[in-house]
Amino acid sequence: MNSLKTQVKERLSPWVINWYEHSARRVYIDVKIEALKEIAKILFKDLGLRFATASGCDTPRGIEILYHFSFDSTGEIFSLRVLIEDRNNPQIDSLATLFSGAEWIEREIWELLGVNFKGHPNLKHLLLVEDWPEGKYPLRKNRKIIQ
Amino acid sequence: MSHKIVIPIGPYHPLQEEPEFFRLYVEGEKVVDIDIVIGYNHRGIEELAEHKHFDQVTFLVERICGICSTSHPIAYVNAVEDLAKISVPERALYIRSIIGELERIHSHLLWLGLAGHFIGYNTVWMWAWKYREPVLDCFEMITGNRNHYSMMKPGGVRRDIEDEHIPLLKKTLDEISYATDMFKGAVMDDPVIKARLRGIGVLTREQAINWCVVGPTARASGVNIDVRRDDPYAAYDRVKWNVVVEKDGDIFAKTVVRILELYESISIIRQCLDKMPKGQIDANIKEIPPGEGIGRHEAPRGEVFHYVRSDGTNRPIRHKIRAPSYMNVASNKIAAVGGTISDAAITLAAVDPCYCCTERTAVIDRSLDKKIMNGWDLIRLSQAKTARLKEDIK
Repeated sequence: MNSLKTQVKERLSPWVINWYEHSARRVYIDVKIEALKEIAKILFKDLGLRFATASGCDTPRGIEILYHFSFDSTGEIFSLRVLIEDRNNPQIDSLATLFSGAEWIEREIWELLGVNFKGHPNLKHLLLVEDWPEGKYPLRKNRKIIQ
Repeated sequence: MSHKIVIPIGPYHPLQEEPEFFRLYVEGEKVVDIDIVIGYNHRGIEELAEHKHFDQVTFLVERICGICSTSHPIAYVNAVEDLAKISVPERALYIRSIIGELERIHSHLLWLGLAGHFIGYNTVWMWAWKYREPVLDCFEMITGNRNHYSMMKPGGVRRDIEDEHIPLLKKTLDEISYATDMFKGAVMDDPVIKARLRGIGVLTREQAINWCVVGPTARASGVNIDVRRDDPYAAYDRVKWNVVVEKDGDIFAKTVVRILELYESISIIRQCLDKMPKGQIDANIKEIPPGEGIGRHEAPRGEVFHYVRSDGTNRPIRHKIRAPSYMNVASNKIAAVGGTISDAAITLAAVDPCYCCTERTAVIDRSLDKKIMNGWDLIRLSQAKTARLKEDIK
């Protein structure tokens, strides 16, 4: 039987931009943003990976989101990396409709980095107060610190 | 005729570290919906970490949680070591496992005590906390602190376990092992506890996978995951131990998983103490190269996940932290709905969310908009149900 790594590589091949193995159990995969939902479906539903979490990062190239999927039989983590270049109106498909475990983290990334998750069932504040001013995103790097 | 009642639980209570707010929607006795509000304790630690150098972040993440205070440092140092591809001295790996398991013991005992209190078993509460105390004494002896041990650092550990510490450690483990036998008997053979906790707050395997829960919450639902075995770090792959998995997904299963895990933790520490080689405890890292790393640790409540990114300076440019309760608390949406109010306190507490704040609870009749019950009433309600079952079983 093929190893999971080979299976992932084969199934995801149409959408992979870059495949980087940091170490034996840590794989970072740059993928095309439009195929994210389909890829997540393959990993979660077909191959049985567990969604660990997602992490957003404001980089000079745009807003980057990493979706960390863990395969617990081998301890491998596959991190899907997508880049949202449009900083003014960042949008991405929500994965919360595929698995409920993504609900909270998408709410968090939405409020902290201002990424709009299309199709999220309940996109409201999670960590910040409900009357947090619109358009202020604490983890965006271009913010000004008030003295 | 039933009317919908809203029960707010939280957000603040002196017993718990993490304020959370549960809004239970109740019809008669039955919980029909739940709204979970978190964020009261949001301190912006991820952002803070970007302003500290790599060594300081270890201390910062230690302050995320007061109960499992070494969980985040272990996950963080794993992430930094993964990033920089550092190999850690063998002795330090064993010390990490010992500290991690001692913490699991005292955290599980704390949970067991509070769970006992919620269902009206105050003796279990007193016992469990009595036996938790010597574990904290061991921490004080080894690290200088009962909590917030500051043992971890990227590349190794800060303090050694001295030879003269080992006799007391072994003696404490014997005591805990004896106490665990008692708890096992008290919980697993007690018909009242079985009647009280079986079939309550059930999370099925499919639901557990859908909500991506971790730790004892997942293992009680038949999901066989444990980072210590699956993605070995520290000295967990150098000793023999088992992952405890139960099938039922109810609160009884969660309790059994935690009690049996005490045995495994005791066994891991004993083996580590025997096998621990002499030598260095620190790899003395000079600098962190650019790159990214992921580190995990199986905390008492489940997998802690840290993602660290470096641009080659002495500070991380991004540090993502995901605690186990983040995944587990969300699953209360499934576990608590469909149950009764008298089971709500124990169900919300069963995922061990660093404690739910029932004392501040108030039952409000939505149509009248006034309080009809306070937090103690809710605990009393839970304890009364146990008392009723006791009478029935007699």
